[in-house]
Amino acid sequence: MHTFAELIIVFVILLDLALAVTGSLATCIRIAALQGVVAGLLPLLAGGHIETRTFLFAFAIIFLKGVVFPWLLLRARDRSGAGKEVETLISYPVSILLCIGAFIASSWLGSRLPLPTANVAWIVPASLATIFTGFLLITTRTKAITQVLGYLVIENGIYIFGLALFVEQPMMVELAILLDVFVAVFVMGIAIFHISREFDHIDTAELSELNDWRRPEDVK
Amino acid sequence: MTKQLAQYLVVLALSPLLLGVVNRVKAFFAGRRGPPLPQLYFDLYKLLHKTPVYSRTTTRVFRAGPVAALACLLTALAIAPFGGRPSFFAFDGDFILLVYLLGMARFATVIAALDTGSSFEGMGASREVQFAVFAEPAFFLALAALAKTTGAMSVSGIFGALTPAVWTTAAPVLALVTAALFLVFLAENSRVPADDPNTHLELTMIHEVMVLDHSGPELAFILYGASLKLWLLGSFIACSVLPRHSGSWLTDAGLFTAAMFAIAVVVGVVESIMARLRMSKVPYMLITALAFSALALIFQVGR
Repeated sequence: MHTFAELIIVFVILLDLALAVTGSLATCIRIAALQGVVAGLLPLLAGGHIETRTFLFAFAIIFLKGVVFPWLLLRARDRSGAGKEVETLISYPVSILLCIGAFIASSWLGSRLPLPTANVAWIVPASLATIFTGFLLITTRTKAITQVLGYLVIENGIYIFGLALFVEQPMMVELAILLDVFVAVFVMGIAIFHISREFDHIDTAELSELNDWRRPEDVK
Repeated sequence: MTKQLAQYLVVLALSPLLLGVVNRVKAFFAGRRGPPLPQLYFDLYKLLHKTPVYSRTTTRVFRAGPVAALACLLTALAIAPFGGRPSFFAFDGDFILLVYLLGMARFATVIAALDTGSSFEGMGASREVQFAVFAEPAFFLALAALAKTTGAMSVSGIFGALTPAVWTTAAPVLALVTAALFLVFLAENSRVPADDPNTHLELTMIHEVMVLDHSGPELAFILYGASLKLWLLGSFIACSVLPRHSGSWLTDAGLFTAAMFAIAVVVGVVESIMARLRMSKVPYMLITALAFSALALIFQVGR
């Protein structure tokens, strides 16, 4: 079954690349959701014996990442009037080259880290590359909603990294992370909505100025 | 040795048929009957009997272009894989020569196009070279990943060592390489979605625009060279998806040829169900191919 798990790892990396080049916001959200679902399938494939607990946990993750999060994000996109495009600060080819560079760097790092040997090849570099893709989304995309999306992708990477470290998932830790992410997506969904209502846009570059007072002649 | 020469001659004889298959499949999807399968042979025969016409602005670079390109492709075909059978021209590291020969053929075509002095052909040359910047590394890295996977250093050695056992252990790498090769294959042969071989609209052409001024036997060389290139790049895909080797030459050759025509059918289907990409999106497709082959190589190196 390890070849199948490896194929899933490759698929996760390809989804990273797809996230780096996709220009449509809805597609980006769906790709991140698909990545979460695929990552959620991994613990069912890595181990030989599957307990009921592992199964239920995987099901909860797949449900949250595959159904609830994309639903919340798409709803936030529609409500905040974020538009359909992902607005980037760097071009898409540069994004994908950065992603490949990150993958090379993380495969080097993965071979250097003193980790217990993972039973599936490439799981550590893939997780590091996914975390980097999340950072890329956060730093180089201007809309607030893509920053939430980047946060979700980072969580996917951390989840895969956790799979590499522990054969048996410490359920409490994972549940805590998942709850954090759930609350974060929820809160950010509300926050994006409020930002867009206050400022007429959700471009984060404008937020850095932090002036809530405008002279009356500036207000149109 | 006889068999190796025979397989080379088979390739030379059969490659124009591939385009016939592609066109028939496209015609079938469009509900037409389409041109006869050996149409390209008729075209080549007709063109070879014509007198070429040269513009007064051209020099001998223009006349040398098609001949040089065809010579490069003929040499490259001697290296190309043939169903995992050894080739008579194989040596260690010959895939590097292969990539350079393809680059050389491209250079000859581009320099001949620039020699016409037409801004129109210069535009096509610029596009061709711009896309080659992404296509060539993608192709080269894919070959490097294959060499690393199989441990062989010559093209026919690589595909000779590619057995079903390799597919079971290195399936992700080989799948990525095959996908990258297919994208490069479509772009390099100016097929849809990178380029539409049917259009002669100045704004969309890449390859066709460079050969507009050639006529007569030189156009025949160019058309034949294009069909050889189609076979050459297609043979890499056919050999990667067809890892099983039987002992006998006839079975291998038959299976390989069938796989080549299957690829031609796939190309026809792709052309029928897809529109060509916007010009500005073509580099993305090639960067995707580059990403695929780079990933495959990294995978294999770090395994």
